[in-house]
Amino acid sequence: MSNANIADKLFMIRYKCDDVSHLIIKEHQSCMSCTTKDCNYFCPADVYEWDKMKKQTSVAYENCIECGTCRIACPSDNIEWVYPKGGYGITYKFG
Amino acid sequence: MSEKFDAVIVGAGPAGSAAAMTMARAGLSVVLLERGEFPGAKNLFGGILYRKQIEELVPDFWKEKNAPVERHVVEQNIWMMGKESVTKIGHRNDAYKEPPNCFTGLRVRWDSWFADKAVQAGAIPVYETVALDVIREGNKVVGVKTDRENGDLYADVVIIADGVNSLLGKAMGVHREWRPDQVSLAVKEVIQMPREKIEDRFGLEGDEGSTIEFMGETSLGMAGMGFLYTNKETISFGIGVMVNHLREKRVKPYELLESAKQHPMFRKLLQGGETKEYAGHLIPEGGFDSIPQLSGDGWMVCGDAAQLVNFVHREGTNLAMTSGRLAAEAVIMAKQNGGMTATNLRAYDNAIRASFVMKDLKKYRGMHGLLQDMDPELLFTKMPKAVNEAAYNMFLIDGTSKAEKQKKAVEIIKSAAGGTMSLLKLGYKGWRAMNG
Ligand SMILES: Cc1cc2nc3c(=O)[nH]c(=O)nc-3n(C[C@H](O)[C@H](O)[C@H](O)COP(=O)(O)OP(=O)(O)OC[C@H]3O[C@@H](n4cnc5c(N)ncnc54)[C@H](O)[C@@H]3O)c2cc1C
Ligand code: SF4
Ligand code: SF4
Repeated sequence: MSNANIADKLFMIRYKCDDVSHLIIKEHQSCMSCTTKDCNYFCPADVYEWDKMKKQTSVAYENCIECGTCRIACPSDNIEWVYPKGGYGITYKFG
Repeated sequence: MSEKFDAVIVGAGPAGSAAAMTMARAGLSVVLLERGEFPGAKNLFGGILYRKQIEELVPDFWKEKNAPVERHVVEQNIWMMGKESVTKIGHRNDAYKEPPNCFTGLRVRWDSWFADKAVQAGAIPVYETVALDVIREGNKVVGVKTDRENGDLYADVVIIADGVNSLLGKAMGVHREWRPDQVSLAVKEVIQMPREKIEDRFGLEGDEGSTIEFMGETSLGMAGMGFLYTNKETISFGIGVMVNHLREKRVKPYELLESAKQHPMFRKLLQGGETKEYAGHLIPEGGFDSIPQLSGDGWMVCGDAAQLVNFVHREGTNLAMTSGRLAAEAVIMAKQNGGMTATNLRAYDNAIRASFVMKDLKKYRGMHGLLQDMDPELLFTKMPKAVNEAAYNMFLIDGTSKAEKQKKAVEIIKSAAGGTMSLLKLGYKGWRAMNG
């Protein structure tokens, strides 16, 4: 039953993935000066990760479960958030 | 210009489908827009469906063959969680059986069935389509823009039932963006388990069901609640916390869920089950004071998009359905009385105000302020911990007299609250929040 791994959890959801991201970091500069990088923690699908090499927030939009938390919780309001195109994104089996 | 409809409804959740079926049955031409592959594809909830408000739309639905419900609930529990302890309050009653009071359910099945009722009544389903914005003429809303080619849809009224994120409501300026302290994020798993095992573990017979809501140390110092609901062959298990607290604590949502699953009281109940789905969704928790204006020139807003959720009693689908139905009834009236003017549509605002929806939300008006002002550690960690410690001592036979035990129990609770005065204040505030 224990299934602590997020990759395993997301694997259970059916995704129809668009080739463009529906999540856009507005200003990479804001992420540079963001001291808390909260998005690296609060996202239930681990979509955001600070990329130390590129010095920017990487966005694994194809894992997004469309909850909307990042839209509300990024302290700099730095995430442009729209829905995936009609019919794209997640489809639950149970809900 | 393309064809014009009486109404376009954005979102085929409980609110949108309720509005669509009500209008379609009255002979109005309505389009039901949904961004998912089918209604329900994007949706989840804990899972309790309330019979009464559904029957106002689909009488006797639960007697239908293959009705899309899981178990009828005969027992409800509240568990206050310590680290390795629990104090329980519960109620079970056979009187909940005839007729059933509420059911457990799953949204993929429920929402598609419910939307089909609207389609059977004549609503035109337009799925796999996102409404991007409203179309205006001056101040009046006259339609919606969609992400389909030539996808503009015109209508006398646009009903916004697009759920908690309500991008459309925001684009229209109906409400501003929610603050992190006005929403909770919940994560949930659906865990498969053989029917007999569920019935044995939870003391159920046939399609009887039970619910557990839990709060306490399981939310790791954040304000929040968890749930365990029995379905026929699965268990819905989830936990939600306020987004401002989640951000502060830097806990990953799925780790919070995992840690609740590992609590000794739940581990045993879930043992042997197999997780079939992981999911996450926001819950509006702003309550009475964040409800926006509900209608205007050519538009109305229903359900979660209008923050119509009673989070104290985990009621949302029923408020959504009622608001959708009342909006539709106002539209039907307006059509007979000179059109969808802002004045005519205001009948909807009034109907909501007169209904249980607003009365219930008003009753718990203070709850949001309470959760906002209080240190979540006090309500969600220290108090549950103290209650469990006090209960432990009360039941422990160690030679101390009962009178001394009682004194000690009171001491424990008092000191958790920070002294007698603080305890009294806490009790008073809590009472006011629930009865304000
Ligand atoms: C974890 C959790 C547990 C809950 N537990 C319960 C419970 O036990 N009982 C209960 O009664 N309530 C519960 N609720 C609350 C309940 O789920 C909601 O109140 C209810 O679903 C609101 O219905 P709605 O129709 O307003 O919105 P939704 O159900 O969110 O429906 C909105 C629909 O609109 C679609 N949509 C959104 N934007 C667009 C767009 N631009 N274009 C096209 N389509 C769009 C969405 O895909 C969705 O189908 C719970 C909620 C959560 C998250
Ligand atoms: S929280 Fe916002 S500003 Fe900070 S790193 Fe993430 S996206 Fe950038
Ligand atoms: S919408 Fe939810 S799942 Fe998607 S990126 Fe934002 S926080 Fe993560």
